[in-house]
Amino acid sequence: MVALAGASLLSVAVTVGIVLALLLPALSFFREVSLTEFLFGTRWTPRFTGQESYGVLPLITGTAWTTVIGLLVAIPFGLGAAVYLAEYAPWRVRKVLKPVLEVLAGVPSVVYGFFALTFVAPFVLNDLLGLDVGTFSVLSAGIVLGIMIIPTVASLSEDAMSAVPDSLRQGSLALGANKMRTTLRVVFPAAISGIAASIVLALSRAVGETMIVALAAGTQARMVGSPTEFGQTMTGFIAQTATGESTPGTLSYNTLFAVGLLLFVITFVINLISIRLVRKFREAY
Amino acid sequence: MTSTETTTAPTTRTPAGGGGALADNGARPRVVAQDDNSRYLPDMPIPVIECEGVDIYYGGFRAVHDVSMVYGQNEITAMIGPSGCGKSTVLRCLNRMNDLIPGARVAGRISYRGQDMYGSDVDPIEVRRRIGMVFQKPNPFPKSIYDNIAYGPRVTGMKVESMDDLVEQALRGAALWDEVKDKLKQSAYGLSGGQQQRLCIARTIAVRPEVILMDEPCSALDPIATARIEDLMEDLRKDFTIIIVTHNMQQAARVADRTAFFTAQAAEGTGDRTGQLVEFDLTTKIFSNPADKRTEDYISGRFG
Amino acid sequence: MATIGQIATRPLRAERHGERSFASIAFLVALWLALAFAVLCLVTLLVTSFVDGVQRLDSNLFTQYSSQVRPETGGARAAIWGTLWVIGLTAVLAIPLGIAAAVYLEEFADPTRWYNRLVEVNLQNLAAVPAIVYGMLTAGLALTIGLRRGVVLAGGIALALLILPVIIITTREALRAVPAEIRQGSLALGATRLKTVWKQSLPSAVPGVATGTILALSRALGEAAPLLLLGAVVFVRFDPDGLMSGFTTMPVQIFNWAGQPQVEFRELAAAAIIVLLGMLLLMNAVAIVIRNRYQRRW
Ligand SMILES: Nc1ncnc2c1ncn2[C@@H]1O[C@H](COP(=O)(O)OP(=O)(O)OP(=O)(O)O)[C@@H](O)[C@H]1O
Ligand SMILES: [Mg+2]
Repeated sequence: MVALAGASLLSVAVTVGIVLALLLPALSFFREVSLTEFLFGTRWTPRFTGQESYGVLPLITGTAWTTVIGLLVAIPFGLGAAVYLAEYAPWRVRKVLKPVLEVLAGVPSVVYGFFALTFVAPFVLNDLLGLDVGTFSVLSAGIVLGIMIIPTVASLSEDAMSAVPDSLRQGSLALGANKMRTTLRVVFPAAISGIAASIVLALSRAVGETMIVALAAGTQARMVGSPTEFGQTMTGFIAQTATGESTPGTLSYNTLFAVGLLLFVITFVINLISIRLVRKFREAY
Repeated sequence: MTSTETTTAPTTRTPAGGGGALADNGARPRVVAQDDNSRYLPDMPIPVIECEGVDIYYGGFRAVHDVSMVYGQNEITAMIGPSGCGKSTVLRCLNRMNDLIPGARVAGRISYRGQDMYGSDVDPIEVRRRIGMVFQKPNPFPKSIYDNIAYGPRVTGMKVESMDDLVEQALRGAALWDEVKDKLKQSAYGLSGGQQQRLCIARTIAVRPEVILMDEPCSALDPIATARIEDLMEDLRKDFTIIIVTHNMQQAARVADRTAFFTAQAAEGTGDRTGQLVEFDLTTKIFSNPADKRTEDYISGRFG
Repeated sequence: MATIGQIATRPLRAERHGERSFASIAFLVALWLALAFAVLCLVTLLVTSFVDGVQRLDSNLFTQYSSQVRPETGGARAAIWGTLWVIGLTAVLAIPLGIAAAVYLEEFADPTRWYNRLVEVNLQNLAAVPAIVYGMLTAGLALTIGLRRGVVLAGGIALALLILPVIIITTREALRAVPAEIRQGSLALGATRLKTVWKQSLPSAVPGVATGTILALSRALGEAAPLLLLGAVVFVRFDPDGLMSGFTTMPVQIFNWAGQPQVEFRELAAAAIIVLLGMLLLMNAVAIVIRNRYQRRW
């Protein structure tokens, strides 16, 4: 009994551990670099010996671009798939397609990264669409990131719409509304907080996703101005720098944790919003 | 203001033989009834919906067999019978709500004003717009009271001069206006069960259907709320044709002009219980002098 | 049948607002396209990986170590062994802890107490923390207790912490699905609560727990980000032989190969992807079999 309680308290210990593990090195970092320089500086060159600069904005623009592009892909396709599965798909079709989405969700992100690097960027974007993108771009990383989170949006939104009582659909159809309007004007609004929660969760996954952006977005931090440019994201920076030899206690090691802390804070806030939304959605009917 | 003045749709749609004309027509035989429900009724109803030899299947299971009956204009027709005899099944087929159940199928002919309701060029959406439905459990949308009413006109592309007026008319028509006029923007879920059910009726009449189907509309309500809905039906009859399924025989006797009694008969061999129409007549006749022994047993409580 | 007073009415057709209106059909087509896009992506992803990697799917892949200089004969031997070690350790750490925590939360915890509520919210939060942060946590932990970072033990801890919330959440759902009568029946016979859980609730929940656990492990199997933080060495030329041994895993190896410019490395990466997806498919198949075979109807 005590052991059981201890196991569940471990989860709290993990959170505390995360905060400490990030905060302590980050604090040493901020003893050397001012918070203002970190948050508002536009040059991120921690490894240029002699002219180090620690402005995190370039990493944030990288993350923002990949995230926004990812959501632009994931939201329409994910919601479309969800609406089809929840409202239109015959039982048999649904039985086949739901596992397909599960498989899509189960593919490791490093595989998606490889896909972005070796197929989407050179073949789809360059050859097929004739875009002027190099091997690395926030566009190819963002698109593939979006593909990866389609199942998240689709399955959670589908759950939310399936939870809408059938009596509401019947009430609408009995008034002479067609299926499209019933879906868009009754089911969708009734499920909106669940759908919003799925999007917020997708957002948090997009911000925190590492392998795709580390492989496909680029390896150099810069203020990203357009989607065809390359750039580095927060997670990409951590992944690419950590693969090198980093000695604990050095500024370059602490830099990782300062960026990690920022990432954690951002996703933490997003998660709180999503938990709020889910709770609201449970109370709806 | 009464509902007669406000909801004028059926009169405009059916210029000849409307309810008003019928009531004025003294030549019609007067139905003798004990209560104040009495009014003139033709021997033959003016048909709005007709069923001819209707069988209804759920997959391979025949739920209802050989129903032929007429639902008369501006009348209230009640369908009664033991549980599982197919009342709801028949009712749902009258506005093609049964289409929504996978595997449900109708054989025979159901016509609306002479048109085959299941014809290939018929859009069930239009059928349901003209033949509305009120369900057993109130099912308002999770929207404001106003939006609940405005929903139907909006989604069916009705040309509306003033939505505010239409909402008011519909709520007055459902005898709900005085109770909700100050909280139109509030959620419909804040209303009581009886008010919610009247809201559902208001929502239905807002799209100006010709027929309103009601499947045990009072079974989730207390006696006072039930009485209000029954009064309301009495009013609505002037403008609409009403078909109601009920388990409450007093209710059928109180409100209905004609009553159809259904029962479920076990088929030989399979043992499947198939619903069938036993007797269809004026309510006064059904309850005072039924032709069939089974009807008599049922209404006198000798049959489950 | 009587047909007096039949009135010619407008045909029962709905033009603009009907089921067959242009908007309705366009809407349905759009939904179809959305789904088709998702399926197409999956198919393309699988096909391209397969086409790229199939010719390197040879015995070298399984028997040789990765080589910086001779990628054409290199293999993923160290990564395969490393994966087995790390995932094995992850399972050993995460499953008992996860189940214990879930049993406590579901069967014993009083949900009105603030600390239990804190644990709940905390779990939901942890489940959405980016994977890479777990690597940073483990790196910090290793530093504190004086452990070398790039060892199997550290990798196992990182992945175990990562999937712990997932295991707890799925196990709780499985326990919740066990009907109360089973529990009450046992309690009525005088069994203690602990015994009831051990003898009744948990065995009934095994299929659900097993599927949830396998799916969580398959997530760990594909995860590379936290291991990068531990500096999982990439050109490992030995099989791990213990918890304190250096290691690499399949996803880390794929990440490294995919980032190399030479085409031979890309082929190697694609071949390793096929192997990794094969492993995942196997685990998922096991999960599905368990789910279908033991799915009970109460
Ligand atoms: N969706 C359905 N699928 C399959 N069979 C159904 C379905 N709905 C009803 N049935 C069957 O059709 C028969 C008639 O059911 P129906 O609901 O019409 O009866 P009812 O007279 O309305 O009963 P009650 O008074 O209990 O509402 C029953 O045998 C029932 O099992
Ligand atoms: Mg019924």
